[in-house]
Amino acid sequence: MIKSELVQRVATQNPHLYQRDVENIVNAILGEIVGALARGDRVELRGFGAFSVKNRPARTGRNPRTGAHVSVDQKFVPLFKTGKEMRERLNRAEG
Amino acid sequence: MKGKTVTRVDLCEAVYQKVGLSRTESSALVELVLKEITDSLERGETVKLSSFGSFVVRKKGRRIGRNPKTGREVPISPRRVMVFKPSAILKQRINSPNGGAAT
Repeated sequence: MIKSELVQRVATQNPHLYQRDVENIVNAILGEIVGALARGDRVELRGFGAFSVKNRPARTGRNPRTGAHVSVDQKFVPLFKTGKEMRERLNRAEG
Repeated sequence: MKGKTVTRVDLCEAVYQKVGLSRTESSALVELVLKEITDSLERGETVKLSSFGSFVVRKKGRRIGRNPKTGREVPISPRRVMVFKPSAILKQRINSPNGGAAT
C-alpha cells in the first residue's frame, strides 16, 4: 500500500471529506511524527510501535577498498520498535 | 536523551490545527489512518509512505536460540516481524542543523 492508496481507503470511509482533506490529514500525521523526531523527541503509538532517534557518534572509518582512514561525522538515525499488539497481530493468522 | 514523548493526542491536535475538523473527528481519523496501516501490514503488505519511509513485513524461519541466563537452547518458532525503513528525506530532516535532534 502506498500513501495515495491509504488516502483512498480513508476517503472511501469518509464520503463527507474531500480527498484533498484526507491527504492533508495523512500529511499532518506524518509531519507531526517527522517534526518530533527532528526535535529529538520520541513518538509512541500504543498498539502500533514507537519511533525514536539514536545518536551514532563520530568515528574513524576505513575505506574498505583502499584502507584509507576517513573520519565519519556523528549522525542521528531514526529507529522504530514494533509495539506488542502489532507484533501479536502479525503472528495471529499465520503461525 | 531528554525531550518529550509524542502520542496520539499530539497527532490529533496536529490534524485538528491543520485541517479544521472537530477534535472528535480528528481523533477518529488518526485512528482510522493507523488502522488502515496496521491492517495492510497484517495482510503482509509493504506500506510505503513517500517522504516518510516504508514498513516491511519479513518472515523469519525457525531457529535455535539460547537463553542467555541459563545457556539452555530453546527453539524459536517461525514468525513475522515488521521493520521500518526511513526514507532519505526523513534521515536528512533528523540530521539537518536547524531542527536536528542535536545536543
